[in-house]
Amino acid sequence: MKELVESIAKALVDYPEDVQVREEETNGSITVTLSVHTDDMGKVIGKQGRIAKSIRSVVYAAGANQQKRVYLEIG
Amino acid sequence: MKNVTVSGKTIEEAVDAGLDKLEVEKENVNIKVIEEPQKGFLGLIGNRPAIVELTLKPDPCQEALNFLRDTIDKMGVEVSIEKEEVKDGFVFQITGEQIGILIGKRGQTLDSLQYLVNLVANRYANEYIRITLDAEGYRERRKQALEQLAERIRNKVLRMKKEVRLEPMSAQERKVIHTTLQKDGDVKTFSSGEEPNRRIVVAPK
Repeated sequence: MKELVESIAKALVDYPEDVQVREEETNGSITVTLSVHTDDMGKVIGKQGRIAKSIRSVVYAAGANQQKRVYLEIG
Repeated sequence: MKNVTVSGKTIEEAVDAGLDKLEVEKENVNIKVIEEPQKGFLGLIGNRPAIVELTLKPDPCQEALNFLRDTIDKMGVEVSIEKEEVKDGFVFQITGEQIGILIGKRGQTLDSLQYLVNLVANRYANEYIRITLDAEGYRERRKQALEQLAERIRNKVLRMKKEVRLEPMSAQERKVIHTTLQKDGDVKTFSSGEEPNRRIVVAPK
């Protein structure tokens, strides 16, 4: 899940070297935390959170494929 | 070959030589002047040619395709993707057994992937390019389902003489409903609410 979030984020931002992703698994659910360069926040959130919403829906689908619940936090 | 370094009497000559070598047009490369040409003393001693470096610009459609390929691989889904050129852009046709995962509820996952793919493509594009993702003919099936829904709603509105509000839909999906119902002209349609909860209202005329 970490690799997925990382590669999506890197494709969208101006400072790919500042993309950091952490992954924690607690009884069946995964929390992925994405952080990017301050100037890139808009690139992963988008107007009214549209980009964030799209990334989430792709990540959830990937999680469902492995029977896992995934939470994506951005910040 | 992604970049070349070439020399010539003038910058223009060097650039032209480089374009010939790469077999591309000027708008497809980035040009960096490494050395300005210098005329030597009386044009005899110390003449130095211009040196430029041409780098091929990434092709937006190819970048988008790589991104999609990479994302789907990392989702752990096996599919094949084919690129098709259409009049207003490109369609990426996705096929495979696990396609349902990529489509999602009412195409939500497919629409999300499509939105991200367009963002990536247009990072590299000079002019806006539009890429549509399709999965095993999903777009056409969905269009037919929406047209049928539109007809049912039309009959309901005519029968009850009351307006009917539909569920929230994406802009493309709303367009299908508007287009279908405007043909006959016995009901009127408009959208209300804010994205992403914008929905169609069908009302008697």
